[in-house]
Amino acid sequence: MAEYLFGFAFLAYAGAAIAYAVDARRPGPAGRAATWGVRLGWLLQTALLVEEAARADGFPWSTWAGSLNLFVWLVVSVYLVWGCRTRYRLLGLAVMPVAAGLLVLARLGGGIGEGGTSGYSNTFLIVHVGLLSFAFAAFTLAAALSGLYLWQERRLKSRRPAALLGRAPSLLTLETLTSRTIAVALPALTAGIVAGLVRLRDQGASVDALMAVTFGTWAVYGSYLVLRYEAGWHGRRAAYLALVGFAFVVVARLGLQVGHFS
Amino acid sequence: MTLTLVGLSHRGTPVAVRERAFVPLPQAAELAAALAEQGEAVCLSTCNRTELYVVGEDADRRALAVLESISGLAGDELRAVVYRLADEAAALHLFRVAAGLDSLVPGEGEILGQVRSAFDAGATGPVLDRLFRQALHAGKKVRAETAIAESPASVSSAAAALARQVFGRLDECRVLLVGAGHVAELAARSLAARGASIAFVANRSPQRAADLASAFGGEGTGLDRVPAVLGEVDVVVSSTGAPGWVLRHDEVEAALDGRKGRPLFLIDLAVPRDLDPAIHELGACYLYDIDDLESVVAAGLAGRRREAARAEGIVAGEAERFREWHASRDVVPEIASLRTGASCAVPSTYGLISRPCPCVTSLRPVSRPALVMRETPWFRAHPIQMLFSFLREIVRDTLIPHVSLFGLKFSVRNGISTSKLHPVLVRCTRSFQMPSHCRF
Repeated sequence: MAEYLFGFAFLAYAGAAIAYAVDARRPGPAGRAATWGVRLGWLLQTALLVEEAARADGFPWSTWAGSLNLFVWLVVSVYLVWGCRTRYRLLGLAVMPVAAGLLVLARLGGGIGEGGTSGYSNTFLIVHVGLLSFAFAAFTLAAALSGLYLWQERRLKSRRPAALLGRAPSLLTLETLTSRTIAVALPALTAGIVAGLVRLRDQGASVDALMAVTFGTWAVYGSYLVLRYEAGWHGRRAAYLALVGFAFVVVARLGLQVGHFS
Repeated sequence: MTLTLVGLSHRGTPVAVRERAFVPLPQAAELAAALAEQGEAVCLSTCNRTELYVVGEDADRRALAVLESISGLAGDELRAVVYRLADEAAALHLFRVAAGLDSLVPGEGEILGQVRSAFDAGATGPVLDRLFRQALHAGKKVRAETAIAESPASVSSAAAALARQVFGRLDECRVLLVGAGHVAELAARSLAARGASIAFVANRSPQRAADLASAFGGEGTGLDRVPAVLGEVDVVVSSTGAPGWVLRHDEVEAALDGRKGRPLFLIDLAVPRDLDPAIHELGACYLYDIDDLESVVAAGLAGRRREAARAEGIVAGEAERFREWHASRDVVPEIASLRTGASCAVPSTYGLISRPCPCVTSLRPVSRPALVMRETPWFRAHPIQMLFSFLREIVRDTLIPHVSLFGLKFSVRNGISTSKLHPVLVRCTRSFQMPSHCRF
């Protein structure tokens, strides 16, 4: 059952990515098909996660691949909040190929099968993994928004007439959405880190490399908010800083998976 | 009854004639009411066209006479510029008009509202009501499913479209006009119409600046104050006759410090230019001159023409739907005739049908012929549905003028091919076979 749900969810995400690409070249029905593809894929993946939760004996996404599966679902969930609007279809072009790719990666890593066993309590894992995954998903969306901002800004600076016409969100909208997304995600990251630190202190363990990268992520996004709202950082500088933060997310998410929860 | 369109438009009719033929909306309502004495009529009159849609006897002649009287053109003179279309061709024309495909600028949005107003003011019946509703639907569908109306078609709309790419909505944008001439005023009106507020008008003559500013609720000022107010505005529109730069790179750079990264959007409509082109190199500044805007307009018009090809497909689909509906209306008298015939026939089978019969859903004794009709589903629905589909097939490809079936004469406007008719007739007559004890 899980294999079928995975397969259809992947097909829906991949189909949506292709439809977004078609829509970018020629706006029209492909854009609507893409939106429905995302919705359908999200429903199928939700069913997959529910099926995994029902099957697992404990927290089902405690493995690296399992949490990647959850992460993809969260990314698509956050995207669906505003991604169905016509002007944000270009954002879908950035998000959906990544979602489809990461879903395959989760499948190859065994994240679709049996949940791993963990020495940690379910409550801790739900709080820690859940909050960090949510924060990382939101940061991924913020990075996509920042990328779109830089692309849109470049178009406006290029003055090429064809580039000046098109369906893309305005610079101010993209900037505002990026900062709001980060403002929502940073408290979740903070709470997730605090939960991890409490467990760390109880066990008397030391900080590992993944934790160090997560602290780095927190520092970058914290700086972003301070500079954005206190020092008036706007435009390209703010977008680049959001992308730097996302580089930390990528490292934390993909680079350091070695049995952190097992 | 035939649907007739008689009209004249910007395609082939000079403006001097069009302006004479223009009918304001209240008069258009009266005109439609007068034309619709024995049928239906709608008068669609805009700056680019005056068209009369009429359904009724002798519609073509009457509409032409009305157009002759309002345009002041004599017979041959009028016939040289007027177009006359009937039925599906007239419907397709109206759908194209509503979609903006027959406009000077493809996809322009005003026409849809004008079609709606004409419809509201018209004297409509079943045909024109259906026609205009479907035209409005086609117009909306084209705008929703294609990008035909999205590209700017004028310099002022191009400036507004670019500003929207930076700020999104213009409601919270404050505008500084540099120069108080006609061009500046037009730009100000265009931006104000899209929600922007004209905060300052700067001009060499402070009095002229104050006059224009007061028209938009802004503040008039001298050119020397322009750098000082840059921190308080989002959009700058410049159109002075000054020979040198009115605003230099270093002045804008200094003003950016107080803007906390908020973008500054500048439009230079002047020739020679007012704004130093180096301003565009500054981080949060977006400067466009008249050449940029004109190339945006050219690209926009090209894009509209490309989208028009897709829109034609949508409109053709809607026209086909209308054609099918219109063709099915030809069957209505025959259906009524069938019902009457059946009602007359029922008494003769009344005694027979009270016996057990597979096509009667209830075995209760029937007391009235009407109840026999109601109690027999096949009788009630099947033949009528068959007739509709049968006549639709005939009307699609036709050579002979009418068909007789079961003693009823079915009028078919354009005739029917006998080779194509045969299988249809066989199928149809088979479906009309009734059980022997129910036959009438």
